Amino acid sequence: MSLYAFLGTLEIGIIFGLVAMGVYITFRVLDFPDLTVDGSFTLGAAATATMIVSGFNPFLATLVGTLAAASAGIVTAWLNLRFNILHLLASILTMTALYTINLRVMGKPNVALIMEPTMLTPFEGLGIPAMYLKVIFVATFAIVAGLLVAWFLYTQYGLAMRAVGSNKRMAQANGIVVNEKVYVGLALSNGLVGLAGALFAQTNGFADSTMGIGTIVVGLAAVIIAESLLGTRSMLIIVMGCIIGSILYRIAVSMALNADFLGFQASDLNLITAVLVTLALIFPKLRSEYKAKKAKRVNK
Amino acid sequence: MRLSSILKGTVLAATLFSCGLHAKPVYIATTAIVEHPALDAVRDGVKETLKENGYSGDKLKFTYESAQGKPDIAGQIARKMVGDQPDIIVAIATPSAQAAVSSTRSIPVVFSAVTDPLAAKLVPTLKKPGGNVTGLSDMANLKEHLALIKEFIPNLKAVGIPYNPGEANSVSMLNSAKIVAKKMGIKIVESAAPKSSDVMIAAKQLVGKVDAIYCPIDNTIISAAESVVRVGMDAQVPVFAGDTSTVARGAVAAVGYDYFNLGKQTGEVVVRILKGEKPGSIDVEVAKGTDLHVNPKMAQRMGIKIPDSVLNRATKIIK
Repeated sequence: MSLYAFLGTLEIGIIFGLVAMGVYITFRVLDFPDLTVDGSFTLGAAATATMIVSGFNPFLATLVGTLAAASAGIVTAWLNLRFNILHLLASILTMTALYTINLRVMGKPNVALIMEPTMLTPFEGLGIPAMYLKVIFVATFAIVAGLLVAWFLYTQYGLAMRAVGSNKRMAQANGIVVNEKVYVGLALSNGLVGLAGALFAQTNGFADSTMGIGTIVVGLAAVIIAESLLGTRSMLIIVMGCIIGSILYRIAVSMALNADFLGFQASDLNLITAVLVTLALIFPKLRSEYKAKKAKRVNK
Repeated sequence: MRLSSILKGTVLAATLFSCGLHAKPVYIATTAIVEHPALDAVRDGVKETLKENGYSGDKLKFTYESAQGKPDIAGQIARKMVGDQPDIIVAIATPSAQAAVSSTRSIPVVFSAVTDPLAAKLVPTLKKPGGNVTGLSDMANLKEHLALIKEFIPNLKAVGIPYNPGEANSVSMLNSAKIVAKKMGIKIVESAAPKSSDVMIAAKQLVGKVDAIYCPIDNTIISAAESVVRVGMDAQVPVFAGDTSTVARGAVAAVGYDYFNLGKQTGEVVVRILKGEKPGSIDVEVAKGTDLHVNPKMAQRMGIKIPDSVLNRATKIIK
C-alpha cells in the first residue's frame, strides 16, 4: 500500500469511526438496533453540501447538517416510543423516507463540492500537504467527539442512559425517564453519523444520494472489531476503539483492493473484505480457546 | 566501505541502463462506480484503443477497480490510485470521477460516461478545461432518439421513461428529454425506480399511459433492462433504448453509440495525453456515434412493424 493510499484509508476510516460511535450508542448502550444511519449519513452530507453551494459558511453548514441528521434520529425514536412501532421497523421507515428527503434537500441526486470552499479551506494556507491535512483535520474531529461521548457516558445522565439499555424496567423503577434517554441517545447517535457524512462530503468533494448505502454494516463491523480486539473494559477505550475498529475495517478493504496479485478480480472486493473482517473477529476467540486448552493441559 | 560504494554505483548504473533499454510500461488505472455491461464495455473499449496504439503486453500496466456501487469505496479507490502514481487515471461514471478529481491535482484524470460534467463540477468549462481533467460525456442525443421512435409510431403522443431519481446522470437526461419532447409535441411520462428490483414495477406503471417505453442510459434501468423488455412483450408496448447495446438484450431499436465505442473514444483521449498533450487543452466532448441497431424478432413480439426506412439504414440487425 502506498503512503497516499494509506493516508486515504486512515482518513475514511476515521470519518467512519464517528459512524461507529453512533452505532455503538444505539446498538450497545441503548440496545436499540437503529438503521436510520443509512439515511442520516447522506442527510448530513446533503444538507451540508447544499448549504455550502448556496454560499453559507462551511462550519455553519456542517453544524446544520449534523443537527438535521440528529432530528432524523428523533423521528425514529418518536415512531418507536409514541406509536409502539418495532424499533427496527421504525428505523427502516425513517431511512426509506430519508432517501426522498435527501433528494429534495439537494434538488438533484449529486451535489459537487470540488471547487467550493470547505471547512478545510482556512487551513490550506498553513503549509501542510493536503493529504496529511485531511487526516489531521478529521482525526481532530473524531478524537474530540470521542472524548465528549466517553465523558457523556460517564456523567449521571450517561449512566442513566446505559441503565435504560441494560434493563429498561429496572431503570424505570429507579426513577429514570426512559423515553427521554432514548430520544437523546438516538439524536446523539444520528448526529455523529450526520457529522461523518458532512466530513466525507467535504473531504471527497461530493454528496451523492447513494452514499449512505451500507453505512450501518460498516459501523457495526467497526464496533464489533473494536469489541473483540480491545474488549469492553471501559467506556473511553471502547468509544476510542470505535475509531480504531473503523480504521482496521478500511485497512481490510484496502488489502482487498490490493489483492489483485492473488488472482482476485474487482468484483471480489466485498467477499474479501468480509473474509478479512471475519478473520479479525474470530482470531481473539481462537486465541483464548487455545490458551484455555493449554491451561487445562498444564493443570492435568 | 569503498567496495560497497563501488557496488552501489554499479547497481545504480545497471538500473539506469536497463531502464533505458526497457521503457517503463505506461500505467493506466481505471475505476468505475459499479460493474454493469455498459460501464464494463467502456473499460474494455479503452483497453482496445490502447492496444491498437501499441500499448499492450509488457508496455501496458492496466488496473481496474469497481466501487461496488458505494461512493465511500470510490473515495478509497481514488486515494489508492493516486498513491500508486499511474500515468493516467480513467474514472467511469459520476461519483468515481468526482472522487478521483478531488484526490489529485497533478495526475491526469480522463472521465467517461459522465452525463453532465459541468454540473458534476469535474471541469469549469467544456472547451479547453485547463487543469488535469478532461473526458467524454455520454449525454444522449434525445432529439435523435425520440425522432426514431416517431418514425416507428407516426402519431406518437406519449413516451414513458423509467429512471432512477437518485442518479445524477438520469435526472439530467430526463430534464433534456422533457425539453426536446415538448418541442416535438410529445408527452413524457416518468416512472421512478430507485433499485433494479423496482424496474419491473416502474415499467408496468407506464402501461396504458404511453405509446412506447424509452429505456434511458441509466445504471439502474440498464442493469434490469430485461424487466422492461418483458413488460413490453406482455403488454404489447414497444421498448426503445438509449444505447445500442440494449438492443441485443431485447429493445426494438436504438440509435447512437454503444459503450464499447464510448470507451474507444475515451481511449483516444488517453492516447493523446500519453503522447504529450496536456489534459487541460483537450476539449470535453459528447460521445459521437451513428450506429442504428434494430431487433426484428422483438419488434414482432411487441407488436410493431419496423419501417423500411429504418431497416435500410440499420448498421446492425440482431437475429
